Amino acid sequence: MTKWSRFNVASVALGFAFLYLPIVLLVVFSFNESRLVTVWAGFSTKWYVSLFNNQGLMDAAWVTIRVALLSATIATVLGTMAALSLVRFTRFRGRMLFSGMVYAPLVMPEVITGLSLLLLFVAIGFDRGFWTVTLAHITLTMCFVAVVVQSRLLSFDRSVEEAALDLGATPLRTFFEVTLPIIAPAVFSGWVLAFTLSLDDLVIASFTSGPGATTLPMKIYSQVRLGVTPEINAACTLLIALVTVGVVIASIVTKRREVQRQRDEHAAFAGG
Amino acid sequence: MTKLGSRIFSRLVIIVPYAWLVFFFLVPFVIVFRISLSTTAIAQPPYEPVFRLADGISGIIDNIRQLSFDNFVWLTEDALYINAYLSSIKIAGISTILTLLIAYPIAYGMAQAPRTWRPTLLMLVILPFWTSFLIRVYAWIAILKPEGLLNQLLLSTGLINEPLIILNTNWAIYIGIVYSYLPFMILPIYSALEKMDHSLIEAAQDLGCPPISAFWKVTFPLSLAGVVAGCMLVFIPAVGEFVIPDLLGGSQTLMIGKTLWTEFNSNRDWPVSAAVATVLLLILVVPIVFFQNMQAKAEERGK
Repeated sequence: MTKWSRFNVASVALGFAFLYLPIVLLVVFSFNESRLVTVWAGFSTKWYVSLFNNQGLMDAAWVTIRVALLSATIATVLGTMAALSLVRFTRFRGRMLFSGMVYAPLVMPEVITGLSLLLLFVAIGFDRGFWTVTLAHITLTMCFVAVVVQSRLLSFDRSVEEAALDLGATPLRTFFEVTLPIIAPAVFSGWVLAFTLSLDDLVIASFTSGPGATTLPMKIYSQVRLGVTPEINAACTLLIALVTVGVVIASIVTKRREVQRQRDEHAAFAGG
Repeated sequence: MTKLGSRIFSRLVIIVPYAWLVFFFLVPFVIVFRISLSTTAIAQPPYEPVFRLADGISGIIDNIRQLSFDNFVWLTEDALYINAYLSSIKIAGISTILTLLIAYPIAYGMAQAPRTWRPTLLMLVILPFWTSFLIRVYAWIAILKPEGLLNQLLLSTGLINEPLIILNTNWAIYIGIVYSYLPFMILPIYSALEKMDHSLIEAAQDLGCPPISAFWKVTFPLSLAGVVAGCMLVFIPAVGEFVIPDLLGGSQTLMIGKTLWTEFNSNRDWPVSAAVATVLLLILVVPIVFFQNMQAKAEERGK
């Protein structure tokens, strides 16, 4: 085992301080008594109260959660299918184009994706609103799901699937009863990733949204432009709390599943 | 039935996501390109010509004749756009290098950490990535303001006598990009370093290679794939970044993502914004294809 030198410890510690300090400060100042976000004037939860009385923000939060739930779920189905096609079907017509279309959205600047989707919706005469934001988010996040699930499928032991097929199970049944339970943790973390990406997105939502479908990031953005307020800090703190709880639950579930799977595999070998 | 069923099943698995991406990812680019050839009009939608099937073939041919590359000529004539492209590339380039310089020691330190700690450290790197991008950029406003937390700290320690002006300068943008994209750089470098065989370093040192040159001759080349992947993941989206220059940069900051946004939302000039997007895409196509090839190769190796 190599020694963890002082230099390594310092660079990791400084790196994490850099990553977390701004977020910690943001959370701390959401409990500030004063209207100023840079001067501490005592502990208060009044900004949370005023946040919950802000009907505009609450409406936006509700729209955002509905968009995120719906788009993440559909994106997970489509992304898992895309991952399966990329891993299992090494040859089909237009595979190059397909893999290109899966990877490109990961790095594509959001202004381009947003603008191009908006122009599509205008061209086909689709009224902008809840559904256009949802469709746009599905398109973006399914690619992230595909990459997450793909990496799991690549380390997948195909002999279990082959065994099921040899024993006469149809491919559909094999998928739902053998493959899916094994890749479930990856599919689930893909869903969580899609959900948070949708929850966060400002640029694509701004382009593709219409009247009555203002999302929380759009609302936060328009208020931030007017100035930093503790109320926004409070909204951000709640979002951070929501995401943190989600991620922690996801990682616990994944870990449990993993342990369970290893135990099952062990039992199967011992039994066989 | 099973054979037919499985055929249909496997076809569907490919066709459904394929068709989705063609319709929602590829076709929109064609539309962007087509609108970039139009002219602005005070109408709904605000450009002409508009293709309508009702016009018949002759009408469509007539419309095609109206298309022109005028918007692209306009982009080259107005220095604003060229400067915005160049300054975006410069800002993204500098930020990518800064991100690499900061991310590498962190990734290296993580890869050297005791094995039992690594999953936790990894989780800690990923966690901020899950919290809103907008929020993380917003958090920096309160820190970088002239009366902000950083200046309060520096003034109270006596390091500076008057507040530093960081917010609304390019420095704030560099800080914002480095901060927001840091996990994208750490993760690929870490995964390259983590897979490395330590006996190689030991062999180099046994043969009398000093630690620093062992690093440059063995460790760094082996992590190069991760470095390149990280740089792509930072550079490409940073070129088109909108939120960071808009919130942290000043009014004089030129970045093409911001220009496109203003052109579209404030000036409502759809054809010119479509032309701006087309050129941006052409600039980024080379790094994007490069990134895709790398992904495809990594996928091959995974098999």
